[in-house]
Amino acid sequence: MRAALALADGKVFFGKAFGATGEVTGEVVFNTSMTGYQEILTDPSYTGEIVTMTCPQIGNCGINLEDVESARPHLSGFVIKENCNFPSNWRSEMTLDAYLKENNVVGIEGIDTRTLVRHIRDKGAQIGVISTLDLDADSLVAKARQAPSIVGLDLVRTVTCAQPYVWTEGVWTLGEGYAPAPVTSRFKVVAYDFGIKRNILRNLASSGCAVTVVPATMPAAEVLAMQPDGVFLSNGPGDPAPIRYAQETIRQLLGKVPIFGICLGHQLLSIALGGSTYKLKFGHRGGNQPVLDKATGRVEITAQNHGFAVDPATLGSDIEISHINLNDQTVEGIAHKKYPAFSVQYHPEASPGPHDAHHLFARFTDLIKQHQRSLR
Amino acid sequence: MPKRTDIKKILIIGAGPIIIGQACEFDYSGTQACKALKEEGYEVILLNSNPATIMTDPDFADRTYIEPVTPESLEKIIAKERPDAILPTLGGQTGLNTAVAVAKNGVLARYNVELIGAKLPAIEMAEDRTLFKAAMARIGVAVPRSGLAHNRQEAIDIIDHVGFPVIIRPSFTLGGTGGGIAYNREEYEQIAMAGIEASPTNEVLIEESIIGWKEYELEVMRDMADNVVIICSIENFDAMGVHTGDSITVAPAQTLTDKEYQILRDASLKIIREIGVETGGSNIQFGVNPKDGRLVVIEMNPRVSRSSALASKATGFPIAKIAAKLSVGYTLDEIPNDITQETLASFEPTIDYVVTKIPRFTFEKFPQANATLTTQMKSVGEAMAIGRTFKESFQKALRSMEIGSCGFESRFPDAAEKLDPEQQAQLREKLSVPNCERLWYIGDALRFGMSIEEIYRFTGIDPWFLDNVRQIIDMEGRLIAVRDDVSSGSAEMVTLLREAKAYGFSDMRLAMLWATDEGTVRKLRHTTGVRPVYKRVDTCGAEFAAHTPYLYSTYESECEAEPTDRRKIMILGGGPNRIGQGIEFDYCCVHGAFALAEDGFETIMVNCNPETVSTDYDTSDRLYFEPLTFEDVLEIVAVEKPVGVIVQFGGQTPLKLAVALEKAGVPIIGTPPDAIDRAEDRERFQALLHTLDLKQPENGIAHSTLEAEAIAERIGYPVVVRPSYVLGGRAMEIVYSSERLRHYMQFAVKASPEHPVLIDKFLDAAIEVDVDALADGTAVVIGGVMEHIEEAGIHSGDSACSLPPYSLSPANLAEIRRQTCALALEIGVIGLMNIQFAVKDDTVFLIEVNPRASRTAPFVSKATGRPLAKIAARLMAGKTLAELGICTEIIPEHVSIKESVFPFVKFPGVDTLLGPEMKSTGEVMGIDVDFAKAFAKAQRGAGVKLPLAGKVFISVKEADKPGVLDPARKLVAAGFEIVATSGTHNYLLEHGIASQLINKVMEGRPHCVDALKNNDIDLVFNTTFGEQSIQDSYTIRRTTLMADIAYYTTVAGIRAAVDAILALQRESLDVKPLQEYY
Repeated sequence: MRAALALADGKVFFGKAFGATGEVTGEVVFNTSMTGYQEILTDPSYTGEIVTMTCPQIGNCGINLEDVESARPHLSGFVIKENCNFPSNWRSEMTLDAYLKENNVVGIEGIDTRTLVRHIRDKGAQIGVISTLDLDADSLVAKARQAPSIVGLDLVRTVTCAQPYVWTEGVWTLGEGYAPAPVTSRFKVVAYDFGIKRNILRNLASSGCAVTVVPATMPAAEVLAMQPDGVFLSNGPGDPAPIRYAQETIRQLLGKVPIFGICLGHQLLSIALGGSTYKLKFGHRGGNQPVLDKATGRVEITAQNHGFAVDPATLGSDIEISHINLNDQTVEGIAHKKYPAFSVQYHPEASPGPHDAHHLFARFTDLIKQHQRSLR
Repeated sequence: MPKRTDIKKILIIGAGPIIIGQACEFDYSGTQACKALKEEGYEVILLNSNPATIMTDPDFADRTYIEPVTPESLEKIIAKERPDAILPTLGGQTGLNTAVAVAKNGVLARYNVELIGAKLPAIEMAEDRTLFKAAMARIGVAVPRSGLAHNRQEAIDIIDHVGFPVIIRPSFTLGGTGGGIAYNREEYEQIAMAGIEASPTNEVLIEESIIGWKEYELEVMRDMADNVVIICSIENFDAMGVHTGDSITVAPAQTLTDKEYQILRDASLKIIREIGVETGGSNIQFGVNPKDGRLVVIEMNPRVSRSSALASKATGFPIAKIAAKLSVGYTLDEIPNDITQETLASFEPTIDYVVTKIPRFTFEKFPQANATLTTQMKSVGEAMAIGRTFKESFQKALRSMEIGSCGFESRFPDAAEKLDPEQQAQLREKLSVPNCERLWYIGDALRFGMSIEEIYRFTGIDPWFLDNVRQIIDMEGRLIAVRDDVSSGSAEMVTLLREAKAYGFSDMRLAMLWATDEGTVRKLRHTTGVRPVYKRVDTCGAEFAAHTPYLYSTYESECEAEPTDRRKIMILGGGPNRIGQGIEFDYCCVHGAFALAEDGFETIMVNCNPETVSTDYDTSDRLYFEPLTFEDVLEIVAVEKPVGVIVQFGGQTPLKLAVALEKAGVPIIGTPPDAIDRAEDRERFQALLHTLDLKQPENGIAHSTLEAEAIAERIGYPVVVRPSYVLGGRAMEIVYSSERLRHYMQFAVKASPEHPVLIDKFLDAAIEVDVDALADGTAVVIGGVMEHIEEAGIHSGDSACSLPPYSLSPANLAEIRRQTCALALEIGVIGLMNIQFAVKDDTVFLIEVNPRASRTAPFVSKATGRPLAKIAARLMAGKTLAELGICTEIIPEHVSIKESVFPFVKFPGVDTLLGPEMKSTGEVMGIDVDFAKAFAKAQRGAGVKLPLAGKVFISVKEADKPGVLDPARKLVAAGFEIVATSGTHNYLLEHGIASQLINKVMEGRPHCVDALKNNDIDLVFNTTFGEQSIQDSYTIRRTTLMADIAYYTTVAGIRAAVDAILALQRESLDVKPLQEYY
């Protein structure tokens, strides 16, 4: 079946439908990872996005039910060069196509993804429509133009959990699968779910944290009442600016409990500290972004997935920029000089991506320990 | 960290001659390193014996030593130059071993020289099996079960706990020389013992077989600040059991989930840190069990490797250049990424295409060799192709191989619907025993209905790859189904055509499937607008704009070629290396590009060999990494519209395209294709000789066996027979009898069916001469005259030669020069030409004219200091010799000797006797003040150890007996003892030379082979005549080879060797940089 992808600026691609059929809109972005399409599909941060993979052949390993980052795919659409209907991997349970159909994700294959990526790179990420129902270029472009921009939207409410829950799974190893969480956890951590990836929770658990996941809207007082040793601010989709409730919560938590934020959590922390964010032209999405840890001089190759960034000029003197992106010098991490709080724009939990920054989970537990000592 | 200022002078060690397992990728890495370090202001000293390399050009290092790559010459260079540091990781295993030798024997400490890149303990930990295994245990990375054996008993003990099948790998050898796979005890002991002998440390690793596992390689880089990045992941199409150099390989890895890939990545980081490679690139090989993902590490190279070159070309990330910069203290985040300009080298390339490399084999040259692929590398070259999908890149790589394949041709073209039982058996064998034709048999297996599961069981090739081949074969079915509608031009037809092109189908393959010709397919394609576009290799999946036009074709929507409107010249490269066409031609292409860039042209390179300097993105202004076929070249020309295309630098590959390209309106510059044809076409050539009144050995052209016999009768045996239009003396033979001639004709006609067979009178005992000359249409300047050391009958590519000539009379030389000039002018050569002459009884005969760059062009350039290829490029672009100030021949006062290097050691069962068919893979140069010293250096460079004392075994044919008298006398006077077989012994005795009599092999034991095996002999002189005696003496030569004893099989070689030995006895060799010779 034919399918079309139209961008708001008038650029239209025709290809072949795969996965579910229908019509979806979303911000068209690209990801440069060569592995990990399954983790990308199930990362809640992709809510509202149509994701293009620069790697041309996708689906080669099929889908297994182990490598998921949430219960289901969250992205709006999936754009690739070539889909594989004959996957080969000992853990594969179904084809990518079957998985997308089952989860009602519309995909388009057989398009010149490199041309699309170059276009996004030059013109910026923008709203697009994938359709298998309407193949009229003008009509699709019009639909893309009418669709709302991702800026100013609160997408967190669509992905956060409804009720608090306890997390009990540790990190994955070959042959063993996911480890059970250690029986005796040393730290009580509350993790705000703005669209959290499971591998963050697994890493927290394996670092000795007893994790309770709470909805994004849970007020600070309720969290503090749980008497956590630390609070984690998760990743999540879209624009941090409209998530005012979370910013306010963070302000109230600051100084009272050690805080660690990742991605959207980092942006929300920055805003809570008086900074502001801006939309990047086309974002950072991939597994090869070099980040300089200014304290150590070491470079970490990191997994990233964000369309907004913290404006360094808006950060007060209490805040230290701890990490920068070596590709474009954007802010990749901050630390508060007085309060026990730090955050990174990138994804130390990886999944998919390199494990270079796993040590940040230990930094969080160290911070908790330090804070506990200072209270004694 | 900024670069180090405490070191100023850095010595780089090259890899020496091209051999199997060590090809021009180390010229690529070494050249990049020289450039990078000079750029940083360091004084660069270079040691390499290979004159055909770009890196040994006097411009690339401050002091260039073309000397044997041995610890002895290295020590002399260190003593003379007093470098601060040695960078040992860019010259392959040879460079590394040489550096290790001087580190261990105390030379480095004595002269206070530091190893940079990798220190001795790191090198040893990576290379020594025991240390490596212990290191892996420390970091919890699994290795296959294994043990080390140094003798038979240890080998027997180990097998009990490792179990069959088992892999045997000798320590410290290249390309796994002497290794293998054993399935039973008998085989095991045999291979283990051979391996122990082959290893310089007499050690073999006996290892659990993980045959059938998936094989991966990761290219890793580390800097002084301990930042580590992965440049590229490579997945082997062939499962474990085939040497990775002989495997089809694909980048990036295709069948790993992120979780599994990160296990490889984490292990790689741990390994490079534990081994302690300080800076630079390393290559780590892994096996992965397809059933449960269990991972083992196979080995690690603590240096830049063949895979690094592939990874560099596959990603656009210049590993060797960055490795050189890291070695002097820079960190990855201080080095800019050339391609994006705005980003840095501290990142991991991501690629939005698929790269396929296919190795190229030369088994046709060694019919006795076992063509089964094992853990010992046998391929001599490789082609790489880039496509947006694996299917496209695979099919492009197939036609890049230049083995007459343009796709998945059936190996059973006459088979009916089903294969008969015999064919089925053949198919199963070809699938289950790894061989270089297996991929075509996979095509057939799918064509004839075998399931992917079944093929997987036979081959161990991952089903993902097999399914992709199935898609190609299915597409063939769809194409054949519409055979009758091809010309309709219907919309469906155009869609199918576009789809087929995107699958990588060549026009030629489509023509075969549609039973039409290539031109018809092309026309259809052009009229329906199905044209390729060109995409850029940019390291980053288009995330950043690419500033380097490194391009590949694909069938997509947007073209990124963005051709300029500058005056541009396109150079067609040489394609995959093979015997007869190697690095020498790449040297010429690169020089052409350099010269034309200096003259203000935009230069465009087209080539598909990932090992080369020519496929480095900064060698030319624009690089098209494409197959060198008519179709692919024509499409690039259509986009770029160059003012000129150079076909005479890349060897036979582009030359073959010349006439067709010109007919298609492509502006070929330099010697016109018609003039080339005039030299290559026998009949036209004879007319030309007639015009100039030049002599040629008597000859004739035979189209049948009968005709051949008649011609041979007329001119008299022996005769040289060969098919027309060949390079490297393919299928060329000297024939002494009509019986042999009849046998040959059946074979030769098969070798080249569309061309007749040429028969020449063989000039026995003549001296052969090679001449390289430059011409501009009105003037000719001789580049160099080289006298061969071996007599006529040995292929010029295999013969040693001397520049200037050492025995020819001035009158003969004058005649040779006169004829060269006359020919160049008559043919209308513009650029380079090469002529081969033979001198017999004071008469000069013309053997062959090649109006193109020859294999000797780089050697002559190094010997004379005159860059022939650069000058030739300028002549082709319209300059005259006078304008360039090139007026007279340079006849140097020093002597340069070129010696060839052979792959016999890799091919058990193959005779080492030389003949008219070329067999060498590479060459070295010896340069010194006189012939004897230069010859000694050339021998040493080629790995021949000339003894200074001891026993010489002499056994020569009747005709050669007078010729060995003088050398024998000299050796006796020099203190050698002579051992000889009866005929030679008696002859020597008659002439007053004492020798010890020894049995021939058939004369009973102990015989000469026993003596060789017992290390009683230090030097072998053995010449033979006639099939029987050649067969009889085969064991002598083979034993000599395996025992690493110096041997000579021609009288001329014997004479030169004796002179060299005498010179070595008088004084040890000195070293002197090229820059001081001219």
